[in-house]
Amino acid sequence: MLAFIIRRLIGLVAVLFTITVVVFLLFFATPGVDPSARLAGRNPSPETVAAVKHEFGLDRPLPVRYALMMKRLFISRDLVSYGNQALEVVPAILSAAPVTFSLVFGAAILWVIGAVAMGMLAVTFKGSFVDPLLMILALIGISMPVFWLGEVLNLITQDRLHDTIFFRWVPPLGYVPFTQDPWQWFLHLIIPWITLSILYIGFYARVLRANMLDIQNEDYVRTAKAKGLAPKQVLVRHVLRNSMITFVSLFGLDFGVLVGGGALLTEVVFNLPGVGRLTYNALTQLDLPVIMATVIYGAFFISILSAIVDILYARLDPRIRPA
Amino acid sequence: MAEFAFEPEPEVRLAPGETVKEISGRSPWRIAGRRLVRDRVAMAGIVLFLVIVIISFLAPVYSKHIAHTDPFNSNISGTTVVDGKTVDVVQQGGGGLGLGETPIGPTWHSNYFLGADNQGRDVAARVLYGGRASLLIGVGSALICCLLALVFALLAGFFRGWFDTIVSRVMDLIWAFPVYLLAITIATVLLTTPGGVKLWFIHIQATSLWIPTLVIALIYVPYVYRPVRGQVLATREKEYVEASVSQGASNLRLMFSEILPNVSSTVIVMFPLMIATTVLTEAALSFLSIGVQPPKASWGTVIQDGQGLLYTRPWVAIAPGIMIVLTVLSLNILGDGIRDALDPRAKVRVRE
Repeated sequence: MLAFIIRRLIGLVAVLFTITVVVFLLFFATPGVDPSARLAGRNPSPETVAAVKHEFGLDRPLPVRYALMMKRLFISRDLVSYGNQALEVVPAILSAAPVTFSLVFGAAILWVIGAVAMGMLAVTFKGSFVDPLLMILALIGISMPVFWLGEVLNLITQDRLHDTIFFRWVPPLGYVPFTQDPWQWFLHLIIPWITLSILYIGFYARVLRANMLDIQNEDYVRTAKAKGLAPKQVLVRHVLRNSMITFVSLFGLDFGVLVGGGALLTEVVFNLPGVGRLTYNALTQLDLPVIMATVIYGAFFISILSAIVDILYARLDPRIRPA
Repeated sequence: MAEFAFEPEPEVRLAPGETVKEISGRSPWRIAGRRLVRDRVAMAGIVLFLVIVIISFLAPVYSKHIAHTDPFNSNISGTTVVDGKTVDVVQQGGGGLGLGETPIGPTWHSNYFLGADNQGRDVAARVLYGGRASLLIGVGSALICCLLALVFALLAGFFRGWFDTIVSRVMDLIWAFPVYLLAITIATVLLTTPGGVKLWFIHIQATSLWIPTLVIALIYVPYVYRPVRGQVLATREKEYVEASVSQGASNLRLMFSEILPNVSSTVIVMFPLMIATTVLTEAALSFLSIGVQPPKASWGTVIQDGQGLLYTRPWVAIAPGIMIVLTVLSLNILGDGIRDALDPRAKVRVRE
């Protein structure tokens, strides 16, 4: 186990290093791209550009610049944004992370419950109209652009039906920290949770259904039936449990991507100041320090989650214990 | 000497309602084709997709001969006729406190069918033109992505060694980025390059559709590369490849005549699903204003135009979204159909 963890940690450092180098090179070594031109304001004189370059250390060799940025990010932790000198990168991420966590955790709970329910219903009612109906709904779910779905829900709950009994409770867009008012936190996040989870409910329900149908043909399921186990027991203990292997590995990766900033479209539509939106704003302003920090943050979560997936995997399926 | 008897494939998968007689003696592609044509749901998917493609490519005809509007120039002071009355396309007031401007809503007839956006441009015509751009980018990037992945997977899986190591590491690296963040990074870098991108002799303008196409193609290459490379590695070890080697076949011949036909079904199954994915990605990038650049339109940019008008003129944002949903839905249905046609789930033993 210890060897497994150490191996994972080395892999994580390697991934983080390569990713940051690639992002760094994309920004500084692509011909024609020059963050200093943007920093210097509109139509700057060559002298201003040179002064700005010197001030930000952009006139130094690339490896030195990279090392300095990493030092300020990890050791002195005082790296500031290019665009807004008052914005310290590390606190900015630390204050955005809880927003993203709140959004993704709630959505994940919804999508696991929703997908397992839909998948089991579809398998149980295979052959009747319920199965194709659920699968068409799932297919529509995965075919909707998440930002468009968010806008349509905003239109309904914020405007068109806002004054009806159904949606009177929906608060205006935005975020209220859990520590400030848990009830308002919950209310503000319900519609974003639903929006974010629909795609995943559809996707996971389809995967789960296909897996369960495959597994129903396995020999051990036949054995379980033959020894007289109740159909419900067979479905839950044998079919569902084995189908969860794929489900869990997919879930871990998707969860990691979302926590790491992949939920930015939902955050933009619902005006949630999370990590995804922070990254997006930084990217469009070529604000390299913030980009570096958010990319490291994102890759960190993706790697951690994939390690957790491997551990869970082994717990669900004893055949794949790490050696 | 041992006696060799050639046995047919011991296990053949039959599609529901198919008999052994129907498929015996036919090539795998013909069997798959038959199954696909008989699959009514998949056929409905194809028809829906083709209808969307056709109406999108008829956009110039629509805007010129039916709507009589120019969807790329603002028409703030223009007028249209509703119920016999002449109405301004962009009306004063109607915003907060009665200030600002409100474009006309859906008229439900040829001129400004879905209303106008805040530049006074015909939304229906823009949705059709947008569809043209979205479909070009979606299909183009899926094609480039699959071709790149196929070429690299064939080379890496066939030659293995250092080439495989390098290509697979690069793919792992792309894979490790969250797709949207990688797309945004590359798109921003390319779009902010003054005067467009210059690579050797190629010069791409910032407004060119090639930028989103290439960005989207690139970020999804590993998703096709990984499964195909695995298959190439497995196929390489098959007896028929060895047989071909013993006959003195060249590497090229082995790759294209022996291995390629056996891995192509994977790519064919993935292709419509890739288009579905790339269409959604294009919409997302354009919505974040780093995809298709003005004055060009795509479904994503029209949704973005509609964001500011969401509560007053919701159709601007809703209509292109419905087009995206229909397109992606039809492609997903088609992808399911092709997958089932090439590899039906029902396992039936063929022993007569």
